[in-house]
This record gives sequence, structure tokens and C-alpha cells, in this order.
Amino acid sequence: MSQGLLSSAYLIAALLFVMSLAGLSRQESAKSGSLYGMIGMVIAVLATLGYAHLEGFTYITIMMIVGTATGLFLARKVEMTEMPQLVAILNGFGGLAAVLIGFSSAIESSESMARAAANLVSPADQLIHSIEIFIGIIIGAITFSGSVVACLKLNGNINSRPVSLPGGHWTNLGLIVLAILMGVIYVQQDSILALIVMTGLAFVFGITLVMGIGGADMPVVVSMLNAYSGLAAAATGFMLGNNLLIITGAMVGSSGAILSYLMCAAMNRSFISVILGGFGTEGGSVAEGEEQGEYTEVNVEEVAEMLKNASSVIITPGYGMAVAQAQHPLRELVNKLLAQNTRVRFGIHPVAGRLPGHMNVLLAEAKVPYDIVEEMDEINDDFTETDVVLVIGANDTVNPAAAEDPGSPIAGMPVLRVWEAERVVVFKRSMATGYAGVQNPLFFKDNSRMLFGDAHGTVEGILKQF
Amino acid sequence: MRIGIPGEIQENENRVAATPDTIGKLQKLGYDVIIESGAGIKASFDDAAFIEAGAQIAERSEVWGSDIVLKVNAPTDDEISLLKDGATLASFIWPGQNEELMNKLSERNVNVLALDSVPRLSRSQSLDALSSMANIGGYRAVVEASHHFGRFFNGQITAAGKIPPAKVMVIGAGVAGLAALGAAGSMGAIVRAFDTRPEVKEQVESMGAEFLELDYEEEQDSSDGYAKEMSQAFIDAEMALFMEQAKEVDIIITTALIPGRPAPKLILEEMVKAMKPGSVIVDLAAQTGGNCECTEKDKVVIRHGVTVIGYTDLPSRLPTQSSQLYGTNLVNMLKLMTPEKDGNLVIDFEDEVVRGLTVVKEGSITWPPPPVKVSAAQVAKPAPKVDEVKKDKPSRPWLKPALIAAGAAIFGWVAHSAPASFLEHFTVFVLSSIIGYYVIWNVTSALHTPLMSVTNAISGIIVIGALMQMGSDNNIILALSGIALLVAMINIVGGFAVTQRMLKMFIRDN
Repeated sequence: MSQGLLSSAYLIAALLFVMSLAGLSRQESAKSGSLYGMIGMVIAVLATLGYAHLEGFTYITIMMIVGTATGLFLARKVEMTEMPQLVAILNGFGGLAAVLIGFSSAIESSESMARAAANLVSPADQLIHSIEIFIGIIIGAITFSGSVVACLKLNGNINSRPVSLPGGHWTNLGLIVLAILMGVIYVQQDSILALIVMTGLAFVFGITLVMGIGGADMPVVVSMLNAYSGLAAAATGFMLGNNLLIITGAMVGSSGAILSYLMCAAMNRSFISVILGGFGTEGGSVAEGEEQGEYTEVNVEEVAEMLKNASSVIITPGYGMAVAQAQHPLRELVNKLLAQNTRVRFGIHPVAGRLPGHMNVLLAEAKVPYDIVEEMDEINDDFTETDVVLVIGANDTVNPAAAEDPGSPIAGMPVLRVWEAERVVVFKRSMATGYAGVQNPLFFKDNSRMLFGDAHGTVEGILKQF
Repeated sequence: MRIGIPGEIQENENRVAATPDTIGKLQKLGYDVIIESGAGIKASFDDAAFIEAGAQIAERSEVWGSDIVLKVNAPTDDEISLLKDGATLASFIWPGQNEELMNKLSERNVNVLALDSVPRLSRSQSLDALSSMANIGGYRAVVEASHHFGRFFNGQITAAGKIPPAKVMVIGAGVAGLAALGAAGSMGAIVRAFDTRPEVKEQVESMGAEFLELDYEEEQDSSDGYAKEMSQAFIDAEMALFMEQAKEVDIIITTALIPGRPAPKLILEEMVKAMKPGSVIVDLAAQTGGNCECTEKDKVVIRHGVTVIGYTDLPSRLPTQSSQLYGTNLVNMLKLMTPEKDGNLVIDFEDEVVRGLTVVKEGSITWPPPPVKVSAAQVAKPAPKVDEVKKDKPSRPWLKPALIAAGAAIFGWVAHSAPASFLEHFTVFVLSSIIGYYVIWNVTSALHTPLMSVTNAISGIIVIGALMQMGSDNNIILALSGIALLVAMINIVGGFAVTQRMLKMFIRDN
């Protein structure tokens, strides 16, 4: 295959990738979008196979088959509640690939160095190339180890509480400075050893970085790692002089960056403050001093009665719904309510769950139609006209203190204004505070009722009353 | 307890202190309501509507004999004598300006609640009648101005020529000023506003108006939520600005009030002279002397070719809605003062809102109340995390320009020394980032998880890099690239497969 054909194949692939992302703008076009992406990928891989001078075809085939099988296995097996883990680990694979390709490229270029010294390649070219290798590897390494830690945290293998190192952020800063120093040594002396040390340091940095961030900030972390995996691909593109890699990497990088930004905006926190560690790391005093008043408990029968008499209901789920796997009985409850002509909708806070859009996927899995699932901004003004709000496994995202108490640590965070409804029922295990460690005045409002217990069980209990 | 709603006897007063809607709410609080026959006629509420809402129609004297009397305007001498012993009266009173009235009220054994004296706290906003009336006044001021202004507000380009948009300046960006900005802006005028409090700039801009600023700076501490009088140097700078604006704008709406003092004179006669003939000035401060030297209270006058409107009854000119809003303010006040919802009024001086609005209690004057510091900025309790917040936002004005300069320098150096191919790639990178930026913003938030898995899959394009290096004769390279190939394939296949799986689950309700 000629160079021209290869370039045009890459161009088509790049266009298909753009169309793929554009297709995701609406549910109706999303499936064809995903299809475009696949076609683009197949074209790119086939063109490369046809063009490149390849050794060991069997070896390549085996690797590809094993990779495909593993990928399919992961995708089939994963529970929808485990999506955050899967996305995190896939980000990590992108990073790992960038590291490996970086190393092969480094070895290759140091071999060709001898030849290059004699004639051809200019010192500037060589310098830039080394820098590109360095950047590709460092981003890839941070992405990989960070993603592994994020995945383990999300999966519960590591405690999801933020863990700060002795020396705090200075240790992290030291690590990254040291890694860059090693990079400089590599660039100047072409020492593979320095490159390996640098990679090690970057791995450690990725681990310490993500260890310091708490579970509920994971949407930001996963989005950030998503951006990094894109940047790692782009850096590899620079390294190999491949435009398709650069284009794709840049788009993925933008995507991750925008998602991180949206998540931070939804928590009213700066990106830096999220990355530097979660709530409650540095003397985060739990605001419990104030008298909060008393809460009123209800049982499933009373909640069922409320729902039977309601003409409009909004359900606001949070991560707790995912943990309890309550989405399936919830769907049945929604069916029952719809059958008695009650208007039922879901209100989704942007940071509900552990991944951008996580709640939407869980509800979709339970076959909740997406046109009754609304975003916070769409639904927030409707609470005043709502009879009953069911808060399931959400806490900070429905905390009135964010809107009413300027002294609260979460002041200014946009929240679902559930307390404006006629009645609010909060499904909760206990009176514990949410991730931000802030007491929730919602529980003590006159129109709030607490329903304690595992959300799966309580929702089923309500169902039995119908 | 029984609430009585008498009709307003002042000329030009179209409002009434209750509407069928608010009467329902008053009854929910446990009160019986009687209303004078015909009280709501001018506000388009007839007796039948009140009866339907559950009120009783009664004679004037009977209404005034109720336990609680709700009114709009301050009572006349006759009306005061109609109050029964121990009754409670709620209306606008203006205790600061009406000493005589206050003395007369205190001669009777009554309680008087002044709706104009509600302290400005965030929780008392729902009973702040001054704000609700000012909002209506601001809107109506624009309507009056356009009535007297012989031109369009919006600019148009027609076959018969071009019409420039009107320019409106609002002085004082309080509730009335902001309402006027909104109304004038939505009619298509170019709107701008001036206020002595720089902190309202954001609110002005949020209404789509330009905020006029002075070069002069002065400490402004508005701890009571209102603007204060300013120093001479500030006033000079202000006057110069108004003079300059007067030559340019078509309509000036002034809303500058200082509580308990005559309104400041801001638009001098020479400024009126400087305005174009046909221009309009609406003076919302006419009640307390006017912001414009040419204003005559309750009149429309033409001076130097400029129409100067000095109406003081603007809220009353939209009687249906101003009655509704005022009535709701009264309901909210009674809600606060009827904690048991049993129709028994409790005047609790521990509550600073109640303390502030009660100007006569059992025949003795309780005005002015002890000062309450209320400015929104100061209500904020010192939070335990304040230090951290400060650390997050260091005020280093030089930092941004310095970073930009450093970035530009580094880029210049790279551009100068890097090979041409690098710059080509860099161009591709930057343009792709921009494409990505615009494409991703369109993605609906419900699809963010599928978006992440698709981007995961396509970032597996790194597989091409691995394939490219498979041509090497070095075994280490082959091994490394092989593993890279493997993980990249997992990424691609896993990402696409899980995306498909998710997207299949998204169904629409049919």
C-alpha cells in the first residue's frame, strides 16, 4: 500500500471518529455514532497492517486475538454498577500502551543514533524526538498507575477514603520534579536507565496522586485520567509522526478535560482543590456543633400511602442506589405509579454516582425510559409543584445548606432543591453524613421523612403495598 | 381572630390589601376575613370573587372594628378613630417621615405594623413590600416613559430607513432600577445603569445592561442594605458622568433614595437642558422631593423640551398585580406572626423581623428598632474552612500575564528551534483539540458514561503505534510492542463492546 493511500485511510478514520463523538450528542444518534467509531478503527488498523513492514505475523495475530477476547470478556461480564472501574482500567491500558511504545521507540532511536550521528538526522530533530518520548512515557505511566489505583478504590479493594502521604503534596511535587530531572538526563545523555527510573517515579506519582482523592471525587479523577490517556496517545503520535494518533488523542483529551470541568463545576470546587485531595483531609471539621432539631421516621406503608395519593413524584438517586442495586425494584415502582397516572420523573445531579452519567446508565439498565430522566437544571424549578420526592442514596447533592448556609463547606454547590416539594422521603441506612462530612439540614425539615434501611429492601417493601 | 380589609380612600389608589388568592391563605392561617364592599373593584376583584374565596362582605365600620386591619396606605385621622381597642393595623406607615401620624397612632391602645420598616434580611425577603412594590414601579416607569417618548425603543432597519434604538440610563440599581433595566432592555433599548455601590455591577450586567463606573473610589459600607450619601469629591465625579450621559441618552429613570432623608438631587436643570428635545425623565423619588430639579410631585411637566414624570403612584397603576404581591407580603408577615396557625397573632420581639416592623406596640412607639446589621456579605458566619478557601484563590494580579508571557516565550523558543515536522504535527494537535472541544460540548449529560467508553475505545488507536514498530528486528522492541498491541486491543474491543451494550439499554418510552 502506498503512503498516499495510508494517509487517506487515516483521514477517513479521523473523520469517522469525529462523527462518532458527534453522534453521541443525542440518544437517537448514539448507536450509529458508536458504529462510525468501529468502522474508523477497522479502517485504520487494516491500512496500517497493509502498509507497515511487519515481522512475525503469527505473533501479531495471537496478540490481537488475545486482546480482542479479553476486551469482549470484560465488556460482557461487567455489571453496570461496575462501569466506573471498567472505564478507569481501560484508561490505564491506554496509558500502559503509551509507555511500552515509548520504550520501544527509545530503544529504536538509540540504536539508530550511531547511524544518525554520522549524517542525516539533525541534533534538533533528535532532541525533540527524545522529549516526545519522555512526555509520552511520563503521561502514560501516570495514567496507568493512577487508573489502577482508581479502579481498585472504586472496586473497594482499597479504602476509598483519601489517604495523604507523609509530607503531603510536597512528596508528590518532589516525585514529579525528580521524574522530570531524570527525563532531562535521558534527553541529554540518551540513558535508557534514566528513562526507566523516570518511569518508576511516574508510576509512584500516579499512585500517590489518586490515593489522596476520596471516593466521591472519582468522577473528576476518572475524567482526568481519560484526558491523560488521550494526551498519552497524542504524545505517541508526536513521537511516531502519526497524525491520526495526534488527532484522536487530542479529541479524547478535550473530552476528558471538559468532563472534568463539568464535574468540578457541579461541585462548585476548583479542579486544583479536587486533585489536591478530598474533603476532610486537612482538619476538615465535621459541622455538628449546631442543634439540628429532630427528624421524623416513617415506615414503608406510610410511604406507599403517600405515593398512592401523589399526583407528581420526582426521584433523585445517588450512589447509594447503585450500592443497594435498588434501580430494578425502583423501575417496578415507577411502573406502578405510571399505571395510576402519577407523573414520575428522575432528577439527576451531575456528580451523582462515581462516573459522569453513571446514574443514567444504571436507570437505562433497569429499563427506565430516558425521557423521564432529567438533568438538574431541567427539573430544579419543578420541585415546588411536586407532591413527593424520593431521595434514594443521595446526600450532599440534595443538601439545602449548600444554598442556604454561606458558612457550609459545600456552600455554593448547585444542588437539587428537593426541600421545596410538599413531602420529601429520604431513603438512608443511618443518620451518617455524606462524603463531604456535612450534616444535612434536609433531614430535619418539617416536610422531610426518613425511611431507614437498605434501599433495595425498602423499595421492595413499598412495592408490596401496591 | 378576625381580619378586616377596608377599601382605600386616597385618590389615585387602586390597590387593595388582599386578593381572593391571599384570602384563602389567610384562612389557612386560621383567620376569619371580612372585606369592605367594593374594596377590590379598582384592582379588578369584585365582591363575588371575594365571597367565593370565603370572605364576608361587610360595612366599613364593621371592617374597621376587626381585630386585625390590613391596609395599603397609612390611615387617616378618621380611620384611626375607627380602630377598636387592642386592634392591630398593618400598612405602609413611613414612621420616619410621619411623626404626627405616629403620635396619633400611639394615643390609641393599638399595635401598628409598618410594611415599609421590614429589616432587610434574607429570610424577610418574602414580606418586603418595598421590594415588591419597587419592582412594579420600575416596570411601570418604563411603560410611562415609552408612553411619553415619541419613538421606538428598539432599533429597526426598514425599507423606509433606519431607526436607532433608544438609550436608557437608570440611576440606582436597586429593585426598581433592576426591574426598569429589565423592562427597557426587553423592549429593545440600549440600557445602562449607575449606582454608588460597585458591588451591584454584577446584577446590572446580569440584566444585560452596561454598568457605568466612575474613576473615583470611595469606601462604601452599606451595612443596612441601602446606599448612603457620598462625599463631595465623589458627587462631583458623579455629576460629570451624568452630564455626559444626559447629552447622549433619551430616557433617564432615577431611583435614588436615602432612607429617612430627602432624595439627592442628581439631575440638575442644566443636565435637563443638555438632553435632546423629546427625551423623558421618570423620577421614582418624587415622593421625597425627586432626584431631578425639574420634578413636580404627581405631575408630568415639560421643561426645556424634556418630559419629566413625577408620578408617585406607579405601583398603583398596575393594581391587580401590585395588590396580589402586597397581599402575599402581608400573608407572609402573618405567617411569621402566627406560629401555631390558629388565627392568633403573636408579636414576638425576640424575632428581629417582627421587632423591626412593629412601630407601635400597645400604644407606645417602638420605632426606631435597635440596629440590625444585615448586609448579605456580613451575614456569612466565619466558616471553619475560610483559610483554605483563601489559599485556593491567592490574589496575584501579575500571575496570569506572567504565565502567558512565559508560555509565549517557551512556545517561541520551541517554534524557532524545532524542526518543521514538529510544527506541522502541533498544528494538527491544536486544531483537533478545538474540534474535540466543540463536538464534546454537544454531548448530552445522560450519555457521559458512553462518551467515556467510546473515547476509551478510540484512544486505543495507539494500536497503530504498536503495529508500526512491529517491523523491528530487535526482540525487545518486538516484545514491548506486542504487549502494547495486546492492551490497546483490549481497550478498543472492550470500549466499543461495552458502549454498544450500554446504548442498547437506553430506550424511549412509547
